[in-house]
Amino acid sequence: METWQRLKRNLGELWKSFRGNRMGLIGLGLVLSALAVAILAPWLTPYHPQQVIRDENGRGLTFAPPAVHPPLGTDDGGHDVWAQLVYGARISLTVGFLAGFIAMFVGSFFGILAGYFGGWLDNLLMRVTDVLLVIPDLPLMLVLVATIRQMQLKISPLTILILVIGLLYWTSTARLVRSQVLSIKERQFVARARAIGASHAHIIRKHILPQVMPLIVANTVLILSTAILIESGLAFLGLGDPTKPSWGTMLNFAFDRNAISNGAWWFYLPPGLAIVWVSLGCVLLGNVLEEMLNPRLSGHHLEGEAHIVKLGEAE
Amino acid sequence: MSEPLLSVRHLTTHFELARQTFACALEDVSFDVYPYQTIGLVGESGCGKSTTLMSILRLLPANARISGQVFFKGVDLLTLSEEQMRAYRWKELALIFQSAMNALNPVLRVDEQILEAILLHRLMPREQAWQRVQELLDLVGIAPQRSRQYPFQFSGGMRQRAMIAMALACSPSLLFADEPTTALDVMIQAQVLELLKDIQKRLGLAIVLVTHDLGVVAELCDQVVVLYGGRVAEYGSVDQIYNSPKHPYTQKLLESFPDIQRPGSALASIPGTPPRLTDLPPGCRFEPRCFARLERCRHQSPPLHEVAANHLAACHLLEEKALPYEE
Repeated sequence: METWQRLKRNLGELWKSFRGNRMGLIGLGLVLSALAVAILAPWLTPYHPQQVIRDENGRGLTFAPPAVHPPLGTDDGGHDVWAQLVYGARISLTVGFLAGFIAMFVGSFFGILAGYFGGWLDNLLMRVTDVLLVIPDLPLMLVLVATIRQMQLKISPLTILILVIGLLYWTSTARLVRSQVLSIKERQFVARARAIGASHAHIIRKHILPQVMPLIVANTVLILSTAILIESGLAFLGLGDPTKPSWGTMLNFAFDRNAISNGAWWFYLPPGLAIVWVSLGCVLLGNVLEEMLNPRLSGHHLEGEAHIVKLGEAE
Repeated sequence: MSEPLLSVRHLTTHFELARQTFACALEDVSFDVYPYQTIGLVGESGCGKSTTLMSILRLLPANARISGQVFFKGVDLLTLSEEQMRAYRWKELALIFQSAMNALNPVLRVDEQILEAILLHRLMPREQAWQRVQELLDLVGIAPQRSRQYPFQFSGGMRQRAMIAMALACSPSLLFADEPTTALDVMIQAQVLELLKDIQKRLGLAIVLVTHDLGVVAELCDQVVVLYGGRVAEYGSVDQIYNSPKHPYTQKLLESFPDIQRPGSALASIPGTPPRLTDLPPGCRFEPRCFARLERCRHQSPPLHEVAANHLAACHLLEEKALPYEE
């Protein structure tokens, strides 16, 4: 009850200061609109993404421009591009969010443990992140996704994508959280908590976690955009699920089937812009959240407006 | 006298700085604390006052090596498991931190933090615990409407009083106060000391007070342990220490304090600095700064001599007048 009231109050305060920030509002708007599209997909289009659109003679409409088949025309197979786009939002956002949350949970978990307990766990974590940092992510993920698919496990291609992205992207969160925990655990109120007889679990839950939470939240939003971008990249390279096309898969199809040489801009521009839309929204939102939740980034109170009167200019 | 509540025997604490490199922070420290008594640990910065408290509570960092015995109500705290030790912390041995601002979590309300201590030890149900928090805050003179505020909304004196309220939350039998008045101005300092005295009288606590303010010691304490370089230099009642100090260090320490009876008299100072813990003098720790040093002080560490009943001092000069102290 207590905690809930506090959360409500804190969220209220957060919203108050958030409301005044234009960039943040734009970011939030971009992300929420994409989410709305994904959720409302069946109501936004009468077509199914795999449904072939036919003209009066029953022939498939291929590469029909938006003027012929509004709003976004059809692709090489006569499928409605708008339907693919709104249903693709579901796939792209699902993969992005799930992978982002996996990265957040794993990263926060290891970051807090390594920062708080130190020792061999900390060492191990740092070496693992070092290794992951020096290997270029995209080739590594390509190899991993391709290999796992070869193994013929009964896992859907999307699950593989989610797991690979989530389990490779936790390292930056872990490092960030770890460094914050390192500084918090040296504060005296943690020593006081030990002195009142608190266990490590209690100290982490009650004193460490609330203080790193803002960092985790802001970082998660940023990771979301990375996850969506990476998913698009992998899908573009043909590692998506062809039966459940995401925006990246759409780009892959467009590229494979000569949309560009056919001048079918309505096939490749919308998914590209949609990816920009969401990741821009996440980055704006993440940066603003980070700035708001971490007062140290908001700059000095004397900065910005010329509060300091120059010598000789005083009235 | 009755059984001591806390009996520290040969407490020795080393910090392992690197492989086979140790800083010796405490060596062979022994003293007793009886119920209803206040004992003062005094000395310069870095002489081991706070380390003594933290060694007893076992709250030192992982590189600390503690040996000796710390009997509390007959149980040697140093032999307990971490789990068992946790039950002793706060319920039996509470600690008032030096700087209350840092010791309070800035993002939790003051009353919640006091509640935390009570609930951790499952002393009573939540409703009753809230009641107890109000009583405690009342006891230290904090108005109920302010208890729902955050630490930064408190003044320095209020924070320290809140810290004292927190220390009393689980009704401990022994209270450690680590320089409770250092960061406060003289008026607030007097208030806090009054409060401590009052609480001790009302609740019958034993207090171990760490301070470098000899005025505070004279006002509050019954017994005094003078520490120097991690060793006991002198140990006795307040009267013995203040009126007939036997160790050269104690003598100089008292002379370096202004005397209201002799205004304007020059204050003595002790040349040099306390020894570095990694590079301790082989003999008497105080030898390099001592005005009365002998040749043997340089290589032979002086044992404690019993100069009067329950008055011990570690100095070679006392050899002819007193017998080495044996337990």
